[in-house]
Amino acid sequence: MDTLAVCLLAFFATGYFVLAGADIGTGMLLPYLGGDDVERRLVIAAFAPFFLGNEVWLVATAGVLVGCFPVLEGELLSAQLTVVVPLIAGWMVRDAGLWLRGRGGGRWWRAGCDGAVVCGSWTVALSWGWLLAALFAGTPERTAAAPVGAVTALAVAALFAAHGLGFAALRLTGRPWARAHRLVGRTGAGRSFALTAVLMGALPLFAGPALHPAAHAADRATLTLLVPVLLAFCPLLLAAQAWTWHTFRHRVTHPSYL
Amino acid sequence: MDQETLDLARLQFALTAGGHFLFVALTLGMALVVACLQTAATVTDRAPHHRMVRFWGQLYVINYAVGIITGLVMEFQFGLSWKGLTHYAGNVFGASLAVETIVAFFVESTFLGLWIFGWHRFNRWVHLATIWVVALTACVSAYWILVSNGFLNHPVGHRTEYGRLVLADAGALLTNPSALLAFGHILGGALLTAGFFMAGVSAHHLFRRTAEVAFFIRSLRIGVFVSFPALWVTAGFGGVQLASLTDLQPMKSAVFSGKRAEIAELQAELVARFGPGDYVPSELWTRGGGLVMLIAFALMMYLSLAGVVLACFRKAVQRFRLWHVVLMAAVPLPYLAMISGWVFREAGRQPWVVYGLLKTEDAVSGHSPGTMLASLITFTVLFAALAVLNGWLLLRHARLGPVETGLGHDERARAEPVTAGPPPFTPRY
Repeated sequence: MDTLAVCLLAFFATGYFVLAGADIGTGMLLPYLGGDDVERRLVIAAFAPFFLGNEVWLVATAGVLVGCFPVLEGELLSAQLTVVVPLIAGWMVRDAGLWLRGRGGGRWWRAGCDGAVVCGSWTVALSWGWLLAALFAGTPERTAAAPVGAVTALAVAALFAAHGLGFAALRLTGRPWARAHRLVGRTGAGRSFALTAVLMGALPLFAGPALHPAAHAADRATLTLLVPVLLAFCPLLLAAQAWTWHTFRHRVTHPSYL
Repeated sequence: MDQETLDLARLQFALTAGGHFLFVALTLGMALVVACLQTAATVTDRAPHHRMVRFWGQLYVINYAVGIITGLVMEFQFGLSWKGLTHYAGNVFGASLAVETIVAFFVESTFLGLWIFGWHRFNRWVHLATIWVVALTACVSAYWILVSNGFLNHPVGHRTEYGRLVLADAGALLTNPSALLAFGHILGGALLTAGFFMAGVSAHHLFRRTAEVAFFIRSLRIGVFVSFPALWVTAGFGGVQLASLTDLQPMKSAVFSGKRAEIAELQAELVARFGPGDYVPSELWTRGGGLVMLIAFALMMYLSLAGVVLACFRKAVQRFRLWHVVLMAAVPLPYLAMISGWVFREAGRQPWVVYGLLKTEDAVSGHSPGTMLASLITFTVLFAALAVLNGWLLLRHARLGPVETGLGHDERARAEPVTAGPPPFTPRY
């Protein structure tokens, strides 16, 4: 049961980094990819149908953490509070920008929301880098020191951006596509995206062992009840996500609801 | 434990959970209402019904978006500032939160994306199914959160091993009366909030004599006829809950009724059981919260009774301007009842975080007051900004009335792609 719980944690964390990493990365590059208001709306439409379904992978990761490894959750989040608060704040600002962009009126409103998406996306990516720095160093009980933390944060943010770039090159059309294509270069969007996806997926898998999750698993009675329920739901979750990806698989040529 | 850190952590939890709860109240109710509206629209396939789905759906989505953003904070709150709670009770308390995230939240979000962006892409029955999945998982979500909260208020189905709680009886945990009664109460309250909201917005349009008379007459009636039974369901579950307090949490009950002798007696009894300490929750918050809730209920009951009679006459619905003003003014009442009821429930549980087992002061993480204050300010500022934005956008879109743009607008119907500029391009994979 402990092993299965660890697998669930790894599954949801990897899913989050690979899927949400793409839309966070695209959000980071929004000022580069979209030259004006209309183009930026198209860039957002590239990930609009997915971002809600992507970010819940992190919510699910937190759920597995609190359900199967409750002590670990308290220890990790409390120790990393100074990084986790900006992470969540950035996430909130980014989502608010995305959701509310099309609902207000006027050019300034939309420019403000675009700014919120960009700043929020960068804050999320950099905070992840700083958090991962502590885990890579094997010291989850304290936040990483400034030089190591900053360098890792920048490197991780660059990876998020590269992942978003490949995604944008696969999804967009027109001028935003041309900009993404120029940076991806001869590697090809598909190959570039596959490579960054593997690297993104590797992040939590390399960071995870520092937490010694197996040693912190919840009580047996809890796991025997919880893990089978969660496992039983996994195929359904995957099917729903696959349906989303299938439905919106075509390149975007028009803006969407956001 | 630092007293200042504890106070700041409690304030942060109260503000974020309370803020989130207010958004959720409308979201949960509107999800069910919109699902019913869309069922009617799908079955009849008549244009006016479809327009209602899109208008009320738009307001629902705005409110949902802000609600989900605030919900993200809640997901991490326990680990961030209440380490002692996950350490001591995580084996029991964490499981229901885990099931909530995966079985409910995950499914709900994925299907909401399909519903919003899948307009004009799916067969109308498939599209209808997606909103029903969203509405039902929203209810499931509320149930699991209340299993967690019910456990904090009335811990059952557990056993203590090596100074920590372990799960002993899952059935007892899932059928905890403190969870089930609260679930019925909240579900009724959510529909009540949605009903008052619909009636208020519709009254605004009828009062201003906008063009959409038939649309808002129907909407106003739906609002009134939803809120009336919802009010009685809410009151019924609330009454049973209040009665059950004498057994489950006698101290809360005594403070609410203001029985001094009983409070002193219970305090002495609790000192004998748990050692020295103050076991009397804040009278201001507990009693005040309970009384405000009951006053709001009384006001809503009279309004609702009169409303059901008036709503039967089409002329009154369309022309009775004083009633329109009252309906607009009454929109905040369910919110007031919701938040004060919640304050009553949570403030009255103090000094316990898990009733009779773990004190709040023993659950807080060991942060410095400075760190806690910084996180409190960050989240409070964000929540306040989101609340203001939500209010402004709801007002703006409610005033606009049913328009062609917005939710369910077919963007592909436009003549040409908006990015026409460079030569047409056929992407290669």
